[in-house]
Amino acid sequence: MECCGGNKLTEKQEKYYAPLQKILARYEKKERYLIPVLQEAQEEYGYLPEEILTNIASSLDLSLSQVYGVVTFYTQFHQEPRGKNIVRVCMGTACHVRGGDKVLTAIKDELGIESGETTKDLNFTLETVACIGACGLAPVIMINDSTHGRLTPEKVPEILSEFK
Amino acid sequence: MKITINNQEYQAKSGQTVLEVARENEIKIPTLCYSEHLSITGACRLCIVEIENGQLVPACATPVSEGMKIETDSEEVYEARKTVIDLLLSDHPLTCMTCEANGDCKLQDLAYEYGLEESSYGIKEAPRFEIQQENPFIVFDPDKCIICGKCVRADQELQCSMAIDFSERGFKTKVAAAFDEGLGGDESSCVFCGLCVENCPTGALKYKPAIRKGRDYDLRKERTTCPYCGVGCQLELQIKDNEVVKVASIYDKDSPNPAGEACVKGRFAYDYINHPDRLRKPLIKKDGEFVEVSWEEALNYTAERLQEIKEKDGPQALAGLSSAKCTNEENYLMQKFMRAVIGTNSVDHCARLCHASTVAGLARAFGSGAMTNSIAETADSDLFFIIGSNPTENHPVIGSMMKRALAKGTKLIVADPREIELSSWADVNIHQQPGSDVALVNAMINVIINEGLHDKEFIKERTINFDLIASTIEDYTPETAEKISGVPAEEIRKAARLYAKADRAAIYFAMGITQHKTGTDNVLALANLAMVTGNVGKKGAGVNPLRGQNNVQGACDLGALPNVYPGYQKVEDPAMQEKFAEAWGIEPDTENGLTVVEIFNEAGKDIKGIYIMGENPVLSDPDQNHIKQALEDLEFLVVQDIFMTETAEYADVVLPAASFAEKSGTFTNTERRIQLVNPAVESPGEAKPDWQIISMLASKMGYAMDYAHPAEIMAEIASLTPIYGGVYHGRLREKTLQWPCPDRRHAGTKFLHEGEFARGKGKFHPVTYLPPAEKVDADYDYIMMTGRMLYHFHTGTMTRRSAAINAQEADAYVEINCKDAKRLGIKENDRVKVTSRRGEVETYARVGDRVQPGQMFMPFHYAESPANRLTNPVLDEKAKIPELKVTAVKLEKIS
Repeated sequence: MECCGGNKLTEKQEKYYAPLQKILARYEKKERYLIPVLQEAQEEYGYLPEEILTNIASSLDLSLSQVYGVVTFYTQFHQEPRGKNIVRVCMGTACHVRGGDKVLTAIKDELGIESGETTKDLNFTLETVACIGACGLAPVIMINDSTHGRLTPEKVPEILSEFK
Repeated sequence: MKITINNQEYQAKSGQTVLEVARENEIKIPTLCYSEHLSITGACRLCIVEIENGQLVPACATPVSEGMKIETDSEEVYEARKTVIDLLLSDHPLTCMTCEANGDCKLQDLAYEYGLEESSYGIKEAPRFEIQQENPFIVFDPDKCIICGKCVRADQELQCSMAIDFSERGFKTKVAAAFDEGLGGDESSCVFCGLCVENCPTGALKYKPAIRKGRDYDLRKERTTCPYCGVGCQLELQIKDNEVVKVASIYDKDSPNPAGEACVKGRFAYDYINHPDRLRKPLIKKDGEFVEVSWEEALNYTAERLQEIKEKDGPQALAGLSSAKCTNEENYLMQKFMRAVIGTNSVDHCARLCHASTVAGLARAFGSGAMTNSIAETADSDLFFIIGSNPTENHPVIGSMMKRALAKGTKLIVADPREIELSSWADVNIHQQPGSDVALVNAMINVIINEGLHDKEFIKERTINFDLIASTIEDYTPETAEKISGVPAEEIRKAARLYAKADRAAIYFAMGITQHKTGTDNVLALANLAMVTGNVGKKGAGVNPLRGQNNVQGACDLGALPNVYPGYQKVEDPAMQEKFAEAWGIEPDTENGLTVVEIFNEAGKDIKGIYIMGENPVLSDPDQNHIKQALEDLEFLVVQDIFMTETAEYADVVLPAASFAEKSGTFTNTERRIQLVNPAVESPGEAKPDWQIISMLASKMGYAMDYAHPAEIMAEIASLTPIYGGVYHGRLREKTLQWPCPDRRHAGTKFLHEGEFARGKGKFHPVTYLPPAEKVDADYDYIMMTGRMLYHFHTGTMTRRSAAINAQEADAYVEINCKDAKRLGIKENDRVKVTSRRGEVETYARVGDRVQPGQMFMPFHYAESPANRLTNPVLDEKAKIPELKVTAVKLEKIS
């Protein structure tokens, strides 16, 4: 049995869940609103922790296993905290030919994390992507919404330092 | 319509799929993801067939059309299927040598058939996943999974636990419970029914307790009826040497579980059969110690002592307790033994403690005390009104069937002091105070009549005494009922309207209604409610008591009750006395005998000796200290059981009995369905079936009982019991039967009271609210309810000897509300002491919001924390059922 603390959330919990309740209030209790709710919740909380998924499942009358299935199906959803800045390194053909992997190694070294990981200070998350459609600038990376092209490993520390 | 398969014409019906027509005509089409009990996904692509223009389509998902031409065996089809198998094998470990599924694996069969020793796309060298086996029941090896999704559909569509779904995607796709924590994870809603395992075509899902106990071809298989609750699931026992090692599914449309459903108890709690604690030899207590003796000595001694008491104090000084766990044939013999050999009507059994008030109430109102409708009719109901019953834990297969109906739009009212699992599915979710049911139901009737929602025609044509209740009901406004039950008047109105407006509304109830001082009145109130709205005698409606034991219905049917012969023929009716006097060659006892609680009240006084078969009153009956004293006060006690129970400890003679897996006979389930029990293994030591023991004892006492087989006993039952008149073992081997089944040509009865009630007209009985016997006061300030939980059964004699079940649920507990816990400084799993006016019990606390503040719930399965040491033996006057559901207690933390 779960302990309910007398059916009442603590003030801290209430504050934590308030934005989620706001999101849920905008949608009907229907299965088809799961994805938009997940997207908005992730936007709000930065990622989708277990307690948020549990709350969404019960609010939309879905089972947790179904919600978990959807969250793990789409790469857009994250169950771990994400960095303030998302670094996406292009691994497409053009970037590869022009040394994209060397750029990636330089970023890994600079941040001290592997691809798919987030720095301890939650400042950076590093990802690789197949192609960001800027082959003319290869090798290229994106940090959040800004594109940085014609990179060399040497340029990496300077670019990253702008976001530190 | 006509279609052509492989150049031959076949008849088909519109709406059928190609696969269905092919299977009907025994044309082989392989499948991996298909099951007739599950929705169609067409995922595995094994069932592809060729239609016009060489198009390849999945047979399972393609409806037939007029003139359709289908090839199931063309070269294109063969090659396409081979490619599918080849691809599946490329990601499947070739470890058939040690695989549990070897010999029972669809993928292996197909690889064999298509001659694929290994995949041409390469071999899966190393596992990509971890084996998940964090729970005691089911092992999942995702590397052997072919992602056919049958387990997911079985879970979501049949069991409705929604425990698993696909996670991740592409090559990483895997069936997973929430957060991939495994079926036993904290957030998992798995209830371990095993249906996913049954549906798995490969070795991905397997039963953990059966690992390395033998593979399919090593195992002998025997169909039988589950020994746990009253649903009566048909199960397949799988046996190696003399040991049941696995319980698989039976798929039979003519059974209570047509899709092979089961619950965790039926599926996993079978190891008690081979438990070392089983009694193997008769025992006689000599100088306070049990000594093993021969059957001859035990029977001679028992016969002698019973005879002695009979001669000295008369037959009425002896009483018998029959057993809702034993077969119909054994119950018949037990009551015949007491009535014919001893000469007393004092024979009763634990139905007294569960549905005595149902039998009393429904017999008065309708003329028959049984569940009016059938389990399968859950699919036909527009509304369920579940009151005082927790189907998903106590009748789990019915609980799942209800969820299936709810998912399709059936409405639900749940009235229960506790928040049960189905409460969260309810349209109206009511938590009435324990013991306030009459007020609640009367108020619903009040609303229905005042708002003109009653079925005037039904009332006029089919019933009598409506005027009497109409006037009583006037006093029970929703506002009055709110004061008594604590349920807001508006909720009562909502429930009443919802119930009355449903076309087919079915009431389901169990111990929450019956185990009260006013149990019979509670049942009568429900009967009134059903009759007011015309919800009796039609499909998908009715008043449906869910019976708790595998054969409690049968034990009642066969007269293991002190006031009726088999078939509810009254012992005080001279015509019946004459009938049975002649049939049995006896001088009948002409008065009603004593009931269970009365027998123990008279122990040492008017009752000197008791013969107990398969019952454990020390744990099951109210006020344990009183029962223990009563057993001590007896001159002679003989207990016949499969284990040395808490009750058997008090016996002078203990006779070792055979378990359900070791004997033939029949059980009657909650929907009056009579089903065969078949022997699967040999009894341990010298244990014998109860029917043989009773027969031998009768013969020792000079009354011949010569039966070669229980089928002969059933033939005698049929000749004396009109409702079982057409029931014979030979017929049951072909088809299960639901009574009334008066003759050999009768097909049995799905629902009762169609057109006419068993008693002619349905009879309204005005009932008024009376408070429970015990109230809270300054000393005893909580109300405790007792009951069962999913994993354990009754007094735990069987489930607590199951290793897997005990690994999941080992300890006794009491549920308390978090507010109370906070006030008393009690945390989850703290040791607490619960004290009533009759005794005290120590147990663990479970803190939460399943019970309301001021209330507690304690399951009664646990000998070390016996809930019934606390309960109140006060009786319902009409049915003599004790008020097990309302006990005033106090609660303390043990520091």
